[in-house]
Formats: sequence, C-alpha cells, structure tokens
Amino acid sequence: MRWFWIDRFLEFESGRYAKAIKCVSLAEDYLHDHFPQYPIFPSSLIIEGLAQTGGLLVCEHNQFTEKVILAKLPKVQFFCHARPGDTLTYTATIEYQSAEGAAVSATSHIGDRLQAQAEIVFAHLNAPWLGTFFSPEAFLAMMRVFGAYRVGRAADGSPLTPPARLCKAACNGHYQPGANSPEGTEP
Amino acid sequence: MPTKDEVYEKIKVALTDALGVDEEDIKPEATLVGDLGAESIDFLDMVFRLEKAFDIKIPRNELFPEDVLTDQKYVQDGRVTDLGVAELRKRMSFANLDDFAKNPVVQDFANVLTVADMCRFVESKVQVTG
Repeated sequence: MRWFWIDRFLEFESGRYAKAIKCVSLAEDYLHDHFPQYPIFPSSLIIEGLAQTGGLLVCEHNQFTEKVILAKLPKVQFFCHARPGDTLTYTATIEYQSAEGAAVSATSHIGDRLQAQAEIVFAHLNAPWLGTFFSPEAFLAMMRVFGAYRVGRAADGSPLTPPARLCKAACNGHYQPGANSPEGTEP
Repeated sequence: MPTKDEVYEKIKVALTDALGVDEEDIKPEATLVGDLGAESIDFLDMVFRLEKAFDIKIPRNELFPEDVLTDQKYVQDGRVTDLGVAELRKRMSFANLDDFAKNPVVQDFANVLTVADMCRFVESKVQVTG
C-alpha cells in the first residue's frame, strides 16, 4: 500500500486553495477490517487526505524549501460516515502562512453534503534527520501523480510549473520525470 | 486602535480556539501551560492567531525565548544563570519573572506565561487606547 490518501487534484491555486478527490473502494483491504461486514472509510485517513491536500498546497507555496509537518488539529468535526462508492472532495484553503508554518481550513464533501471539516496547523521544521523523508524528487513525484501540474494555476493565473531546482534534483535522482504522468502532458 | 478590553477579548477568542478551553477558564492570572494546558505546539498556533487577529508579526523566540533556555551561556545544570535571568527580563518585559527568578529551573519556565502577560505582549505590539 502507498501512503497516498488523495487520488488527484481537481484544482490547485498556488498560495490560496486546492481541491482534491478520494474515491473510496471496497477493493481497499483495510475496509474489510474497519469493520467486518460494515465497511467505513476511517476518519483518521480522511484527516490524512485533508492534510496531504493542504500540506502540498503549503509546500508548493514556499517552493518546497521548507519541511512541512502536520503539527496540530485544533478542530475536527465529522458529520457522517464515508463508505465504499463515495467520492470525497477535499478542499483546503490557506488561512495564514508565515516563516514558521501555516494554518489551513479544510472540508470534506460527499456530493453537496459536508462530511467533515478541520483546522490544520502545519509547522516548518529544520531538523536534519527529516532530510531523508523530504527528498525533492518525492515531492515532485507526488505533485505529478496527483495531477497538480495538470490543473494547477500560479498566483498570477498562469499554469503551475515545478521549481527548476526540483526538476533538476529529480533528474539527478532516481525519479524519472514523466513516469507517473499517464498522459505525458505534465512539465 | 483597540482598547485594552478589546485586546483582552480577542486574546480570549484566540486562546479558546487554540487550546480548546472554555471561555470562563480564561482569566488574567491563568497560566497558559499549567492552568490552560498549552503544549509546545500550541504556541505556534497561538502566535498564528495573534498575528492574524492583530495584524502583527511575532518573530520566533519573541514571545517564548527558547533560544535563551537552550544557550549554554545562560543555562547551567538545568537552571538559568543570573545572566540568563537578566537576558529573559530584558527580552520579556511584558512578563513578571520574579517568582521564576527565585528558583530558575529551566523545566519550570514553560509555566511562567499568563493570560495577562499575553495581553501586555500584544499591547506592546499594537497601540492601545483607554
């Protein structure tokens, strides 16, 4: 299993907000344990999906120069369960960003129905040991595989592109640019 | 230009949201860590909310000078030296450090800040009336 808790971005506006979807499928193993004969998509994974949506938004806004960590969930509310067959639409909006981190408000909808909402605080950390978990090529791969560069817009409305530094690091590393892009249309 | 009461009310909202405490628990003399249960990461959240609410900037280590508490120049054997206490007083004119100075154990420092200190800190950053 890969730790990807969104399937793709629908919208991505640099520094402002991002919208992503997660399709819940009965083919996912853990649903058969959570719970047997009564599959419910775990709320913790909805939080993770919201955090991935918001976290990548924050990372991209600072050009992937900071190590962004989910620091705190000041508020989370769930209004209904998510079940196999549901498509969750996650929206994350940057409420505040500084050199120290960012605060993001996020929602999860099933169709028009508000399924969950959360406030998420991200911190920028500089601990050296985090370096191995935050390789530039991994970020680029995630952004590509989630389709952020297919739908994304920079603050000025132009198409979103990865920082040149990130592309260079990816080219020098293991990650092959374009390998995760089914249509081969991404930069 | 806010009044002192308006500053206090906004700080109450920020602390209620950041710490998940009831509004009636927030009193001027309440300590952030001991009485309101703030943890280290809550300070980041509080700083965000204060910066947003008052349109101010709070540089790292200004509200809570961790750099002093981790500097060997100011700390020996888990206690803040006289030089360190003097540095803390200089940096934290908004806080009353008299009790801490009597037994300046680093571990106890987290429990120094009160809601009233937060108010004085914000008042030092924004012009208040009344």
